Amino acid sequence: MEKGTEILSMKNITKIYSNGVLANSHVDFSVGSCEIHALLGENGAGKSTLMKVLFGIEQPDEGTIGFLGKQVKIGSSDDALKLGIGMVHQHFKLVPSLTVAENIVLGKEPKKHGFLDRKKAVEITKELSERFRFDVDPSACVQDLSVGKKQKVEILKALYRDVKLLILDEPTAVLTPQETEELFEQLNKLREAGLTIIFISHKLNEVKQICQRITIMRHGKSVGTYDVAGLTVEDISRLMVGRDIILDIDKKAAKPKEARLFVKDLSCKNEAGRQSLDGISFSVRSGEILGIAGVEGSGQEELVELITGMKPLDQHGGEIRLRAVLPNGNEVESEPVSVRGLSVKQIRQKGISYIPEDRMIYGCAGHVSIRENLISSIYDSKEINSGLFLNQKKIGQWVHNAVENYDIRCDSALDEIGMLSGGNMQKVIVAREFSTNPAVLIADQPTRGVDVGAIEFIHRKIVEIRDQGCAVLLVSADLNEVLELSDSILVMCQGKISGYFPFAKKVSEEELGYYMLGVKKQPEEELRRAYSEE
Amino acid sequence: MKNKKRMMTWFELLRTFLAVGIAVGFAVVIIFLVSGQPLEAMYKFFVTPLISFRYLANIIELMTPLLFTGLAVTFILQTKVYNLAVEGMFYAGGLAAAMAATLIKMDSGLHAVLALLAGLAAGAVIAFLPAILKLKFEANEIVSSLMLNYILFYIGDFILKTYMKDPKSTHVASLKFAETARLFEFTKGIHFGLVIAVVLIVAAWLFLYRTRWGYALRMCGENKNFAQYSGIGVMGTILLSQMIGGAIAGLGGAVYMMGSQQRFNWEWRSGYGWDGLIIAIIARNNPKLVPIGAFLLAYLRIGSDIMSRGTDVQNEVVSIIQGVIIILIAATGFLSDYKKKLTVKMIRSAAKED
Repeated sequence: MEKGTEILSMKNITKIYSNGVLANSHVDFSVGSCEIHALLGENGAGKSTLMKVLFGIEQPDEGTIGFLGKQVKIGSSDDALKLGIGMVHQHFKLVPSLTVAENIVLGKEPKKHGFLDRKKAVEITKELSERFRFDVDPSACVQDLSVGKKQKVEILKALYRDVKLLILDEPTAVLTPQETEELFEQLNKLREAGLTIIFISHKLNEVKQICQRITIMRHGKSVGTYDVAGLTVEDISRLMVGRDIILDIDKKAAKPKEARLFVKDLSCKNEAGRQSLDGISFSVRSGEILGIAGVEGSGQEELVELITGMKPLDQHGGEIRLRAVLPNGNEVESEPVSVRGLSVKQIRQKGISYIPEDRMIYGCAGHVSIRENLISSIYDSKEINSGLFLNQKKIGQWVHNAVENYDIRCDSALDEIGMLSGGNMQKVIVAREFSTNPAVLIADQPTRGVDVGAIEFIHRKIVEIRDQGCAVLLVSADLNEVLELSDSILVMCQGKISGYFPFAKKVSEEELGYYMLGVKKQPEEELRRAYSEE
Repeated sequence: MKNKKRMMTWFELLRTFLAVGIAVGFAVVIIFLVSGQPLEAMYKFFVTPLISFRYLANIIELMTPLLFTGLAVTFILQTKVYNLAVEGMFYAGGLAAAMAATLIKMDSGLHAVLALLAGLAAGAVIAFLPAILKLKFEANEIVSSLMLNYILFYIGDFILKTYMKDPKSTHVASLKFAETARLFEFTKGIHFGLVIAVVLIVAAWLFLYRTRWGYALRMCGENKNFAQYSGIGVMGTILLSQMIGGAIAGLGGAVYMMGSQQRFNWEWRSGYGWDGLIIAIIARNNPKLVPIGAFLLAYLRIGSDIMSRGTDVQNEVVSIIQGVIIILIAATGFLSDYKKKLTVKMIRSAAKED
C-alpha cells in the first residue's frame, strides 16, 4: 500500500449509550496508511467510544466505516481482527497463567490432531519477535513479566493476526521513561514496515515525538485533524481544553477563614510501585472551594483516598491533618489532628464528607432503597437511633428533608436507588453527604455523567455549603467545572503540583492546560503558597 | 413510575410461584410416567398431608429444624460469604448439646438452657473458621467450609464413640439424655423448639431491618465498597453475620437433639444444613419468608413419604422437584427478558407523563 493513502475513514459516527450519554456525535475520523496518528482529547471526550466502535466492541447508532477502500460493518472484535484492525487496551487482556506463546496464538491457534501445537506456537512467537525485534521469551509465563513486556506481548498478538491498523490506548501510561523510549523505537519500525497506528495519549510531548498527524476530540465531537509538524505543544493543548459551553455559576466572592485541611509533603506509591503522589502540600480554608485540575491519573485518586481514609495513611510518607468539628456542630477545634491511623468512620466523625468519584461503586448500593442509601453515613448516630432500634420516624423525617431540599425526583423514597437517573442518584449522594454539616467536603467528580439541570443544582449546593463555612476540596477532570466553581486552583501533573492559582477568576483554561499537560510548571516558592498553617 | 417497586415485588413473587409451579408440573409428569396408579399417588402426595392432623403435626415437626437452618443460611449468605458448613454447624450444635445433656448433671430447666447455649456457641465457632480464613488468608470459603464438614463429622464420631457411647446399646449411640435437659413437648413431635424458632425469626427480621447493626450487615452484602466508604467496618460485620448464622444453626442442632431425639446417634450427616440452603434461596435471604420455604420443603417431604409408602412411586421424586425449583429460582436470568420489557414499558410511559 502506498504511503499516505487513506486506510480508514469513519464518517458521521454517532453513539448514544443506553443510559442516554451521547458519547460520539457525528464524528468524522480518517487515518492515512503508514502513519502514527494521535487521537487526543480530555477524559470523556469520546476517544475510547470511537475506538470501541472501530474495534467492534460498541455498535454505532449512525455512521459508516470504510477500511482499505471498502465499506465495512464491524459487529465484533473478531470481525475487526479479521479485517486487520487490532487493539492494545490500556488494561491488558492477557491470560496471566499461560505462556507468552500461548497468549499470542490464543484465538487463532496452530493445531495438530485437533489440539494446540505448542511447538509450533513457540516457533511462531520466535519468528515474530525476531522479525520485529521484540525481545520476549516465548515460554515465559505472562504473570511473571514486567508491564512493558506484557505490552510487547499484546502488540505481538496483534501482529500475529496480521493487522494493518493497530490501536494503542494510552500505551505509555503504565511505562517507565526507558520503556517508553523503547516502545517508540519499535513503533517507528513497525510504521516503516507498513503498519498504521492510532495512538491515544494525554502526553503531548510524546505525541509531538512520534506522531505525524493528530485528531482532537472534545465533548464527543471531532475538533479537527492537524499535521503535528505545524503545531507547538501549546497549540495542541489549547485545542484540547478549549471550552465550548460557559457554565455561569452565580456565586459571591469567597470569604475564606481558618484553614481546615492540611496536606503536607504527601507521597505515595501505588501497587505497581509507581510514584503516584510526590511531595504534595496544600491546605483548604473554611469558606473556600479549592479546585484540583489535572488529567485523570495524575494522583488525584490516591490523594482523595488518603484524605478520606479509604487508603490508610500509615505506610505512606507525609501528613494529613484536619480541624475536626466540635460536638456542637458549628465550631471546629483549634488544633488540627492527624488522620493517621483513623478509620473511615472516625475520619467521617471528625467532619469530613465525601462525594466519591464513582457513584455506582462507592456512592450507593444500587439494589437498596433511596431511603436506606440516604442514611449510610449516619446509620449508627444518635440522630436516627433510639435505644436498640433505628428510629423509623426520625429516619422518615431525615429522608423527607433530604428529598425536599435536594430536589430528588422519585415517586417514593422506598424505590431502589438504581432506578433513578444519574443526576437524581447523584443528588441522593450529595444530600447524604451535605446533611451532616461537614467541616470539610471532598467532592471528587461531583457532576460526572449527570444532566445539565443536576449539574447546576449540585454546583449551587456546593457554593451554598461553602458559604456556610465548609472547606471544599473539588477534584474534577472537567475543566469548566474547576474554573467556574473553584475560588482557587491547584493543578496536578504526574503526581506533583505543577501550579497554584490563588484566584481562579484570573486563570484562563489555556493557561491551566499548559500546567495540566506538563508544558509549564511553577517554581517551588510559588507552589509553597498553597500551604498555610493559618 | 409509581408502581415500580410494586411491580418488582410482584415480579419476584410471580417468579417464585412459577418456579414452584413448573417443578410441581415436572413431578406430575414423572408420576404419570412411572406410576400405575398416578391419580392416587398424586392425591397422597399433594392432598393427604394437609387433611390429617397427624400429618400436619409431622410437617411442623420436620419444619422446626428447617426453620433454624434456613434462618442461619439467610444470615450467612447476607454478606455474600458462601460458607457451606451449615451442615457441620448443625451437627456440632447437636453434639455439643448432647454432651451437655449426657455428661453434666444439673437442675431441670437450667440444664436445657445450658445444652442450648452449648450448641449455639459450637455453631458460632464453626462459622467463624471459614470466614476468618477467607478474610485473613483469602482461603476460598467454599472449599474450606466443605472440608470443615468432614472434619467435624469425624471429630464428632470420635467423641461419640470415646466419651458418650452407651455400652448397653447394640448400635453406636450416646447415653440417654438427662430428662432435665429435654425441651417441653406440646404434643407428639411439636416441642418448645418451635417457639424458639418463631421468636428467632421475628428477632432476626427486626435485627436485620430495624437496627443499625443489621443495616451495616445488609450494606456489606449489597455493596462492600459502599459499606467501606460509609464508614462501616466491613470485616467485623462480615464476621458478625457469619457467627450469628452459625449460632442459629448450632442452636437448631441443639433444639433438634433436646426436642426430637432421645440419644445422640448420628453417625453421619442429617441433611438439615443443606435443606437450609434451599430454604434461604426460596426465601431470598429474607427471614420473613423462611417459614414459607421451610413449610414448602417439609410439606413436599412428608407428602412424598406418604406417597412412597402407599403407592408404587418412590419418594426420590421430591429430589427432582427440589432440584427444579432451585435451578429456576437461583437462575436470576429466568424471565429476565419479561422483566426488562416491563421496566422499559414503565420508563417509557413515565417519560410520556413528564
